[in-house]
Amino acid sequence: MAWMDKLVGRSPVGPMQEHMRVVVACAHEIVPLVEAMASGDAAAVRERRAAIDDLEHEADSIKNEIRNNLPRRLMLALERRDMLEILDSQDSIADVTQDIAELVDQRGMVLPPPLVEPMTALAARVVAACDQGQKVINELDELVETGFSPRETARVETMISELGRIESETDELQDRACRVLFGLEDELGVATVYWHQIILWIADLADYAERVGNRLRLLIAN
Amino acid sequence: MLNIPFEIWLAGALALYMAWGIGANDVANAMGTSVGSGALTVTGAIFVAAVLEFSGAFLAGGHVTDTVRKGMLDMDLISQDALIHGMLAALASAATLLVGATRLGLPVSTTHSIVGAIVGFGAVAVGPEAVNWPKVGQIVASWVTSPLLSGVMAFMIFHLTRSVILDADDPLKQIKKLGPFAFFFVFFIIGLVTFFKGLKNLNLDLDLPQAMMASAGLGLLGLVIGFWFVRRVDTDDPEKGQRFSSVERVFVVLQILTACAVAFAHGSNDVANAIGPLAAIVEAVNQAGDVIDKKAAVEPWMLAVGGLGIVVGLATWGYKVMETVGKKITELTPSRGFAAELAAATTIVLASRMGIPVSTTHTLVGAVLGVGMARGIGAVDLRVVGSIVVSWVATLPIAAGLSIFFYYFFKGLLS
Repeated sequence: MAWMDKLVGRSPVGPMQEHMRVVVACAHEIVPLVEAMASGDAAAVRERRAAIDDLEHEADSIKNEIRNNLPRRLMLALERRDMLEILDSQDSIADVTQDIAELVDQRGMVLPPPLVEPMTALAARVVAACDQGQKVINELDELVETGFSPRETARVETMISELGRIESETDELQDRACRVLFGLEDELGVATVYWHQIILWIADLADYAERVGNRLRLLIAN
Repeated sequence: MLNIPFEIWLAGALALYMAWGIGANDVANAMGTSVGSGALTVTGAIFVAAVLEFSGAFLAGGHVTDTVRKGMLDMDLISQDALIHGMLAALASAATLLVGATRLGLPVSTTHSIVGAIVGFGAVAVGPEAVNWPKVGQIVASWVTSPLLSGVMAFMIFHLTRSVILDADDPLKQIKKLGPFAFFFVFFIIGLVTFFKGLKNLNLDLDLPQAMMASAGLGLLGLVIGFWFVRRVDTDDPEKGQRFSSVERVFVVLQILTACAVAFAHGSNDVANAIGPLAAIVEAVNQAGDVIDKKAAVEPWMLAVGGLGIVVGLATWGYKVMETVGKKITELTPSRGFAAELAAATTIVLASRMGIPVSTTHTLVGAVLGVGMARGIGAVDLRVVGSIVVSWVATLPIAAGLSIFFYYFFKGLLS
């Protein structure tokens, strides 16, 4: 069975789930980051940024480990290419979170009061989308365990549809936040561009979470 | 004691050595996963493996022993002396290969080495015409078909497991209800290959209907045992978020059963690799000495040598293999192990019944690939499959070469 052990290699499913857990933990930092921006507390922003950097690095090292341990000679329950695409989308969640924290810290951005409520609502919903994405990825091991049984597949598909629903809610919240922002354009001046960028980035997190689900949907349809 | 010829002492010792190697390595492997899942203790696994290997060899090993003993060479063309020297050479080279390859961590099949070795000495002792090429061809073909058959079977068993159990409303209830029928199937198959013209050792010769009846009876006994075991599984307190952990816990019990089936199958097939040449040598020695009372070709003491070697191998080295395997977190979950082992054991036992020596390792590899193709395993390393194929091709010429070397060695030593 020494041969049997080598024959049955380490499944990438566990590390994929671990990676998703880390990037979603990273995305969760967006809520306290928005709070720190609202209170104009530069030290708190820096603290959030440090936490986000740590999680992003952790996610990167897991990502590299998965990539290094996914040689073509493995016959996988989940296609290698799909797996790597899912991994990329997962990784973008941490990367974009890091971009947001960097910009906010570097420009010392303080959230204008009228934007506090729409941005907080957007961030909360985006985090909910990421959480749903994690739930979906948490089903990967069950999918393999049941050998992609119709029942389990249907379960996961329902969860992915729910993810899509949450994502479209974030679209509406993004729309609302942008409208409020552009109403402040005269007052904010060039900062409008940066705030717009930050809103787009926050909304992107939900897009990436949805993309994870959609890739998986294609993968289980095979 | 003293009038036992030197050749027989030598053959017995070499057969014992080879059986030791088989026990130390192959057998331990079959039980390793059950030890790993905590279903069996190391002592328990050694005990169960020893009993089943021995039963397999004793009850269903005769056909393969006959093939190894006299099926591959034309016995009319070979002199008694050449047969004695050659079979000693075959044992020595196969044992050397087995022990050497194990040291180097290379996968090597005892079956392939013994077949290569016998063909090797046959071709030089007499000439290629002494080799029963159709039979050898049939054996070599079986090395392709046996992993294939076992792979297809594993694929189907896993599909069945998925649709009947894993995709059920309540998988736990379903496995508890259906699990015992796996016991029925295993007991029935083992019964069938054993009872149907297999019990010559016990002077019992059953025809097919009788064998079917007896096997069904044995299967029912298995069913009862199965119900008893499955009911005893503690399925409470599943790990959080892992809906299938309690289902897998029932599969642990089923995997003990299939590991036992693999041990039996292995005994019925691979032990013959050690006993077959021994039996041939004893027969040749006895005929040369004009022993009038020609006994059964495979005598119980030879099986005892095989059995003893395996038990000693398990006890001296096999437990280490089991502990190593047992400590590793295996990615092959019990439900997959069950499907793969059930398919492999069935294939091997069928091959044993037909008197065809096949490789247990290769058959198991085929089965694991079958489950992998059903998308049942997270990752299967195809490079390992490649190295196993290479080893199966390389083993034959190496074993033949070694055997030719040992043939001349024993010829010089003994005549």
